[in-house]
Amino acid sequence: MRSFLNRVSHWVGPDIAGPGAAFIAVMIVFSIGSPQFLTGATFGSVAFQLPELGLLTLAMLLPILTGGLNLAITFTANIAGLTVAWYLQKNGGVDAGPGAFLIGSLLAIGVGALSGLLMGLVIAYTKAHPILVSLSMMIFLRGLGEFLTRGGDVSGFPAFLQPIGHGSILGVPIPLLILIACVLLWHVLLTRTKLGFGTYMIGSNIEAARYSGINTRKVLVLVYMLSGAMCAIAGIIMLARFNSVRVGHGESYLLITVLACFLGGVNPFGGFGRVIPVFLALVVLQLLSSGLNLMGANQHLATAVWGILLIAVMLLRWASSHFKIFKRKKG
Amino acid sequence: MTEPSGAHAGPRPLLSLRNINMTFGGVKALKNVSFDVLPGEVHCLAGENGSGKSTLIKIITGVYRPEPGAVIDYDGQTYAQMSPVTAQNGGIQVIWQDLALFPEMTVAENIAFQTLLGRWPRFVNYGHMREIAIRALKKLGVTLDVDLPLKDFPIAQRQIVAIARALVGEAKIVFMDEPTASLTQSETDHLLEIVRTLSTSGVAVVFVSHRLAEVLEISSRLTVLRDGALVGVYPTEGLTQSRITELMTGRTFDQHVRAKTRDANPVVLEVKNLTRPGQFEDVSFTVRKGETLGITGLLGAGRTEIALSLFGMSKPQSGEIFLDGKPVRFSSNREAIEAGVAYLSEDRLSLGLIQPQSIADNLVIASLDGIRSGGLLSDERKQRLVAQWIADLGVKIGKQTDAISTLSGGNQQRIAIAKWLATDPKLLILDAPTVGVDVGARAGIFEIVAKLAESGLAIILISDEVPEVYFNADRVLHMAGGRISGAFDPRQCTLKDIEAAVYA
Repeated sequence: MRSFLNRVSHWVGPDIAGPGAAFIAVMIVFSIGSPQFLTGATFGSVAFQLPELGLLTLAMLLPILTGGLNLAITFTANIAGLTVAWYLQKNGGVDAGPGAFLIGSLLAIGVGALSGLLMGLVIAYTKAHPILVSLSMMIFLRGLGEFLTRGGDVSGFPAFLQPIGHGSILGVPIPLLILIACVLLWHVLLTRTKLGFGTYMIGSNIEAARYSGINTRKVLVLVYMLSGAMCAIAGIIMLARFNSVRVGHGESYLLITVLACFLGGVNPFGGFGRVIPVFLALVVLQLLSSGLNLMGANQHLATAVWGILLIAVMLLRWASSHFKIFKRKKG
Repeated sequence: MTEPSGAHAGPRPLLSLRNINMTFGGVKALKNVSFDVLPGEVHCLAGENGSGKSTLIKIITGVYRPEPGAVIDYDGQTYAQMSPVTAQNGGIQVIWQDLALFPEMTVAENIAFQTLLGRWPRFVNYGHMREIAIRALKKLGVTLDVDLPLKDFPIAQRQIVAIARALVGEAKIVFMDEPTASLTQSETDHLLEIVRTLSTSGVAVVFVSHRLAEVLEISSRLTVLRDGALVGVYPTEGLTQSRITELMTGRTFDQHVRAKTRDANPVVLEVKNLTRPGQFEDVSFTVRKGETLGITGLLGAGRTEIALSLFGMSKPQSGEIFLDGKPVRFSSNREAIEAGVAYLSEDRLSLGLIQPQSIADNLVIASLDGIRSGGLLSDERKQRLVAQWIADLGVKIGKQTDAISTLSGGNQQRIAIAKWLATDPKLLILDAPTVGVDVGARAGIFEIVAKLAESGLAIILISDEVPEVYFNADRVLHMAGGRISGAFDPRQCTLKDIEAAVYA
């Protein structure tokens, strides 16, 4: 029993305490504040809204762990969505078959990975700052997307795409299933592969990692490629949910993904952070916004509350580290 | 232990600590330690790595708070704990081993910024800064161009800048943490001269050094710590080096030349006319299986540069490298590691180990293929591998998941050695393996090196401390100005012979 608990606590880890506490606090406050909060409807809406932000956060997580950032995530997702739309339209639009969608999706993931590849190469070889490189990529993709769509929506997709955005399997929304699969994939990638190991080491000290024989350039390039590919998956989900693609869609998620990473205990300077706490942090953010919605609060207010929550978390972290010193003095 | 000599009749101590206790993660770092510094004296704080010297300094400067019961008397006031601000305003200054300077800023800015911080008017007055800097340097009898950025100066002069900065703040007591670790003999002599000047002008200097010859030369009293406890306080007059080593380690050492003939063993590494302009020229040597080749020389002699070329991190312009008789040309250090070359960096803090990451991850970083199972990295295999190396090399650690920065220098170095041994190398290049490692721990590291050589590893031992290569290598090469300028057999020459060549 004890070893089982140990294993659970090892898997859960101390870094889950912050988002865990926030999760419990949000649940308590809203169940008191609104009788409808603890109903299936709340969790249904959370489950459908979570995946877009969640997939984009996963895309942001890897670069942050290396001590970098990918500011191009939302526009990479848009461009990937456009790729699917283009391929579907080329193959009959509303009448396109599942095969066309599959090929289009693969192309989209390829396009996402390509944008990551370019950023990764520049960052790894020129040592330019990831913020500048990804900012340039973001501006490029936005301009390209707006040029291709002339600023409008692209729509008119086959009906079978509906379930990917809105359907459920055994009561679990399909987008959520995709997110959970991606979370698990990222978890395994980071904890069990050489690439994941290298990601953390590079985040702490890239030169020392290089002296230890880690192929730092390869790791950086792959990290940005995977980030781009994950953006593409987010873009495909967005396409299915809105039945349209518009460049600029999801733009407001960009900084939220960074904050979700920090709320999940990721070190802003790289080297430390795990997927599971980040996932929990996402759930907290989404519950908070759905709960406020339910209580009749304005959507914009929810965004403001996110900001306050994050500041509160930073303060709590600071307080808990001081408390530790206090305890040591006593003991 | 003994009642510290602060209780003696004589001048009142400037700084006096009693009942200092400190615990980190269940390990007692300091046990009921007392410590006194008299005004204007040169005092030496000696002890092996992990003996608690740094912790003690950090308590005095307010970085750590001691456990309740501590009494700190300083300059007529009594404190239960210091704070960085009280310490600084009271005239306690520390020059850390890494100096904590700003390389991009000018000498004047580096020296003056601390005193000017927070003063009115809140504008930067460069003229005033220069004056302060020049005055501080003058006190030390040094002239430097204060308008040049610090990065243009060699480490020895940066050290002087750090001392000058400490003096600007009206220091009454200056702590110097391993100040001579990266200096040549003449630079060290100059530094010692400065320390004497400070002492005569009434500033107490507490010198934390592992170079025992300096300890004897410069300080009037010696406080020895071992395993977090006070061993005693001794006048340095009449103390011998071996006695100090004994006090620090609780053991006696006899150093003897370990050199043996290995001519019957096959050649592992052969270097022919290796040249990389500006770094090294026309270097040729061989290392045999089981042989330890010592390379010594001053900083900048090209020792590290050759090692980096052998490790595939820089390309030589001409010349050849043979490993086991086959010519090799590495385009990255991964190829070198694959071929059986391992390189322990001279800069453990920023290149050798990834300080914030765990002990376990630092150990397995170069041999990840060894902990794979079914294509994925296995936590269980990692733990087993780490536990095995820790036992083999006698490393003292808390948990495998603790950050490596929590370990003492000697234990960190053992992990760094284990990291390379885990790659199963043929040739192990040890570049300054004892920097920041204390006497007792050094002996332990050289015991490991001797065992590794006995087991058939070819070893290149690079050090600017001549006794290290003299006692531990089978042959010694002397490098100067990028060339090999002499070869010595420790059995047929004295330590003085090599030192004369190096410091000529």
